[in-house]
Amino acid sequence: MADSKSSQQIYDEFVKGVWKENPVFVQVLGMCPMLAVTNTAINALAMGGATLFVLLGSSVLVSLLRRFIPKQVRISTYILIIATFVTIVDFSLNAMAPVIHKELGAFIALIVVNCLILGRQEAFASRQPVHLAAADALGMGGGFTIALFCLGATREVLGFGELFGVPLFGEHFEPWVIMIMPPGGFIMLGLILLLLNWAQQRRGSRAATQAAGEQVSAHDALPIAPAHDSGHIEEVV
Amino acid sequence: MQDMLWIFISAMLINNFVLSYFLGLCPFFGVSNRLSTSLRLGVAVTLVMIVTSICASLLNTFVLPYAPYLQLISFIIVIASTVQFAEMIIKRFSPALFRALGIFLPLITTNCAILGLALFQTNRDYGFLQGLTFAVGAGAGFTLAIVLMASLRQEMRLSNIPSIVQGTAISMILAGLLSLAFMGFAGMFSAL
Repeated sequence: MADSKSSQQIYDEFVKGVWKENPVFVQVLGMCPMLAVTNTAINALAMGGATLFVLLGSSVLVSLLRRFIPKQVRISTYILIIATFVTIVDFSLNAMAPVIHKELGAFIALIVVNCLILGRQEAFASRQPVHLAAADALGMGGGFTIALFCLGATREVLGFGELFGVPLFGEHFEPWVIMIMPPGGFIMLGLILLLLNWAQQRRGSRAATQAAGEQVSAHDALPIAPAHDSGHIEEVV
Repeated sequence: MQDMLWIFISAMLINNFVLSYFLGLCPFFGVSNRLSTSLRLGVAVTLVMIVTSICASLLNTFVLPYAPYLQLISFIIVIASTVQFAEMIIKRFSPALFRALGIFLPLITTNCAILGLALFQTNRDYGFLQGLTFAVGAGAGFTLAIVLMASLRQEMRLSNIPSIVQGTAISMILAGLLSLAFMGFAGMFSAL
């Protein structure tokens, strides 16, 4: 019983990071690395993986040490822990995948000041047991990676006409060069946020009409129609 | 001398830290609500950048050749202590400015533009004076970008915007347009 409850909790923390509180699309955190390296899908995945590793490592360590870190110096301690893991990633990537390391350049080192990571330590890992902190880190890191991949893949498809270096269109495709340049990053993220806003508003207005419809029909004492209606709407959403 | 001018212009306009390297976006979107605050923040960031650049030059000359793996950790410690130090100095000599800056002052520590400055300076092997010029240029560029953004957002508050683009979406698109405009500077200087 207790086991299934805790695994449910772990699952909840994971889903929260991946979707409900997606660090990029919902909380708009960690934008600096995400815009700079997402001109191709493979760079985006590498950056996401590196961030996920640093987040997981430092969350677990901070959670283990949470009783020993004095309150007054906690931020500096977190930053030192994060910097240690980033140094590990930086040196390992340089050894294992020098091409990607060169492409990402200083942005690997800049993971240290990614506000997403410090934010999770302060808001979550420093107060929760290890298994929950790990689930939260995996969820947030996964959500961050998914968001990076969406942005990187879109920009690569539009800007180079390729995905993972494989050409998608015929030779008559004119690459939309601006998409792989800095302005493209800002504009593309703006458009994705706009799309999400639109989806949310639609869902909000639907929920409102649904609630209004239920009220009206309850008043008219027609219980069958609204039940069917709401089920249908949930399916569509 | 020409070299210095080139570094300055390049850091300030062509390779603007905010609009073409995407560094320091958190304050760029977070603090650009009011023109006066953003200007003060820009000045504070520039000062911290200058001190960081000096410290990074010293570290690069005297410490890091012997212990390269300490690079990130030592830079972060330097930045955190610089910000702490700046806070103390401003509080001692100008309490009014200290109150005006408020929470943004300690937050400079996690501004990636500062760490980015130290790292770029190291990667490009800039000497002491070149590093200093680079820091001043980058700080001026950051101030310019955040002031432009704050002015745009102040204007935007008076205009009628569809509710779906309000908030971060419109700021992102605005930043994209600004960045597009700054790309024009690259053409201006390739002609020189």
